[in-house]
Amino acid sequence: MAAPQTLAQKLIAKACGRAEVAVGEIVTCDVDLAMFHDSSGPRRLKPMLEALGGPLWDTSKIVLVIDHYVPEADDESRRIVRIAREWATEQRLPNVYDSVGICHVVLPEHGHVRPGMFCVGGDSHSPTGGAFGAYMFGIGSTEMLGVAVSGQIWASVPETLRMHWRGRLARGVTAKDMMLHMIGRFGMNGGRYQAVEFCGAAVTALSMQERMTLSNMSAEMGAQTGLIAPDAVTLDYLRAAGVTDETDIAHWQSDPDAQAETHDFDAGALAPQVAAPHSPANTRDVDAFGDVAVQVAYIGACTGAKLDDLRAAASVLEHRRVARGVQLMVAPASVHDREAARREGVMSILEDAGAQVLGTSCGACSGYGGQIPEGSTVISSTARNFKGRMGAETAQVYLGSPFTVAASALRGRITDPREVMA
Amino acid sequence: MSEGIETHRVWRVGADIDTDALAPGAYMKFGIDEIARHCLQRQRPEFAANVRPGDVIVAGPNFGIGSSREQAPAALVRLGVRAVIAPAFSGLFFRNAFNVGLVLLTCAEAEAMEEGERIAIDPLHGRITRAGGATLVCEPLPSFLLDMAEAGGLFNLLKQRYSVKER
Repeated sequence: MAAPQTLAQKLIAKACGRAEVAVGEIVTCDVDLAMFHDSSGPRRLKPMLEALGGPLWDTSKIVLVIDHYVPEADDESRRIVRIAREWATEQRLPNVYDSVGICHVVLPEHGHVRPGMFCVGGDSHSPTGGAFGAYMFGIGSTEMLGVAVSGQIWASVPETLRMHWRGRLARGVTAKDMMLHMIGRFGMNGGRYQAVEFCGAAVTALSMQERMTLSNMSAEMGAQTGLIAPDAVTLDYLRAAGVTDETDIAHWQSDPDAQAETHDFDAGALAPQVAAPHSPANTRDVDAFGDVAVQVAYIGACTGAKLDDLRAAASVLEHRRVARGVQLMVAPASVHDREAARREGVMSILEDAGAQVLGTSCGACSGYGGQIPEGSTVISSTARNFKGRMGAETAQVYLGSPFTVAASALRGRITDPREVMA
Repeated sequence: MSEGIETHRVWRVGADIDTDALAPGAYMKFGIDEIARHCLQRQRPEFAANVRPGDVIVAGPNFGIGSSREQAPAALVRLGVRAVIAPAFSGLFFRNAFNVGLVLLTCAEAEAMEEGERIAIDPLHGRITRAGGATLVCEPLPSFLLDMAEAGGLFNLLKQRYSVKER
């Protein structure tokens, strides 16, 4: 009888054409999908591909998202984006998403990531795809070049760290708080580049976009991928995204007796979490930071500006205005989510509260934008608060959920959203 | 240390050196030369100007956390850094480093080494010999990764593979 397998093992076994794999084995996997963006993609791949003289392996399995240097702010950005656009035309890429949102959100919106797939992305937040029961991880440009010409990549079969969340989150507490809590507990490299699998009633109760936030920030925990086994919520999302394939969700689950290191959490006892400068692991309950005044509140990025995130912020800010002296910036994660938020009245609530709406791109999160003033104290729904990360060397960046960012904007200091929610 | 063995000067940095410290976001739109000029500018302002080919970096745990940008290890290669030695690395940085030809040595006792000391490294056998002769043991590396770094990175291997195919 076959040894029980984790979800991670099943996904890798399929990708390397085996019935089962053992933890620690190094195997060569066939890639089902390779995603890259304007920053890590064409501007770096194109010259290397030309020097190699090899053709692309399979353009139908490549997705290009232009999201980092748009809207183009200067000549260098224009040059980088132009290379991406020209290369897409030259290679006749069938899947190109230009200035419509951040790659990790755009990819699932268009049904590109599905249970059972083995995917790579030219970006560290690529584990986001794990929310769909796909093995997805980030790689650098040279390794992407290898995938682009061969369709293959090596993987070391990971151990699985199971994060089991029982109970149910309180109102105003989110997947972002769960992740900040776990990163605080295990550290930025606590995932040891193994697979993390999120499970339990509190995870099952999350929407697809909230699940994506868990998988997304597996990167900040140092895991290679962050998996969530697919279920009816996954299938509903995929159907709405136009996916018509049959999915064998019963197969894409960890076997009950598969070997894993399990950690238990009580979702009901979790308070909103805030990570202080300059590390996402520098996390405590929000009430530890009540004295911190903020001048900038930022809702953005693949981590923290999806439709559910915008809704969360709006639920706090409805019929209210941000405190004097606070600049609230909202950079929706995709055009699709921004327009859905507009139809629901979410965007007008945010605008009426004083929000400045920015482009649907990586913006200040990648530090490419220059939106964050030097010397300011920032509360942000993004994933990283390394010194200088958001583009301002002297800024003090605190991380929190969209609820916490909105509540802090309202009061002008870091605030527990549960204090201001109706 | 016996004569004739190549030694490397140690630059010490702390724990949790992230990819923004190695390749700051503000310079990412420029080429690797410009990025390398700003490598570790906050932690060691004199590093980029004074590092010499063959020098090594010895760091605390979790070196290379953060982004997938391979300009982070590439900046170190550009500056001639021979290897980085730390008790633990980010897994993504680890892949990227070997892909661009940078050797990483995982060594639990790395932090015993001192700024400016000269050490010898033997990546194949996972051994570091300190100035005083003491030996530190490193975690073994898969041989294909060492071969890749030896070849100058994945690009050179791909070049070999594809030029062979063309013949």
